[in-house]
Amino acid sequence: MSLKERVANILKNDLLEITESKGDVCVEISRQTLVNALKRLKEEGGFDFLSDLLGIDNSDLYAKPKKKKKKTEDGTEQEQEEKGPPPPRFEVVYLLLSLSTNERLQVRVRVPEDDLELPSVTSLWRSANWPERETFDMFGIRFNGHPNMRRLLMWDEFQDYPLRKDYPLEGKGEERHLNYNIA
Amino acid sequence: MKFQAIHGEGWLLTKAEQLINWGRSRSPWPFPYGTACCGIELMCALASGYDMARFGAERVAFTPRQCDVLIEAGTITKKMVPVLKRIYAQMAEPKWVIAVGACACSGGVFRTYSTAQGIGSIIPVDVYIPGCPPRPEGILYALLKLIDKIEADHPLYKQRSKVVEALEAAK
Repeated sequence: MSLKERVANILKNDLLEITESKGDVCVEISRQTLVNALKRLKEEGGFDFLSDLLGIDNSDLYAKPKKKKKKTEDGTEQEQEEKGPPPPRFEVVYLLLSLSTNERLQVRVRVPEDDLELPSVTSLWRSANWPERETFDMFGIRFNGHPNMRRLLMWDEFQDYPLRKDYPLEGKGEERHLNYNIA
Repeated sequence: MKFQAIHGEGWLLTKAEQLINWGRSRSPWPFPYGTACCGIELMCALASGYDMARFGAERVAFTPRQCDVLIEAGTITKKMVPVLKRIYAQMAEPKWVIAVGACACSGGVFRTYSTAQGIGSIIPVDVYIPGCPPRPEGILYALLKLIDKIEADHPLYKQRSKVVEALEAAK
């Protein structure tokens, strides 16, 4: 049984979409069933290692929808994209690895802009701790149940989320000020 | 006439300045502040192949309180700016700063939200070294330039003018 079939068997109804891209199996699930589905993937599918967790800002899809559609080759897909609602702006990708079989799996979750919250998976994989903090730092997606939901890279007083597409590359002139207690 | 040693550029003042500059220029103890790949070149310049100790940069101390020259080798992120300011403030006078490499000079290729665009706007810099990263010869050259600068300094003359200003203000 191929990896694709096994993953489909494990996820069953939680599976929204399963594709294959550049040799990797890519699964999309909804955020309501996220923790449950990932738990089953870990226990039944053998994906015992979370190699990375990252965020994606898809706001380019809103900005230039026509250009994006021209790139697709299949005509039927074009019509479907036009009819369907625009995808939620943010996306979180879980890159799973099975240490016993050396198989990899991408799990994608869409996060709408008006409700930037996801359940934390630090209870399943402890390696999710810092990547979740980084995703919060860069995109502003909060992970509920995380033991230490603070910024990882930028300083605590920093206001913006710099990896969002609407944030300018050179920043908005933020400076860090620290008042040391010099007694 | 009797105040010439203090008031004018007299013989005693000049000779004392030469003595002080001789001492300072031959023992510029560096503080290695390596934050990126320039730090590797700095280590190379300090190690036996290039041997910065030949020019008196003998003792590398990892506390700013015992150093004269802050060698800032590498990128400074905005998060780190207050730390750099504090380290500079902890150094005792007289103190000098060498900015090693493109990042320390101007931010380099990192023209982004997270990187300080050169340390010249944070602390006063005496010598800038271009390069990404500069070779150890570049660091040695900067040290020699800094020694030239120290030898051309007028430590007592500066103090004298401060004293004169204070005396005139007291009148």
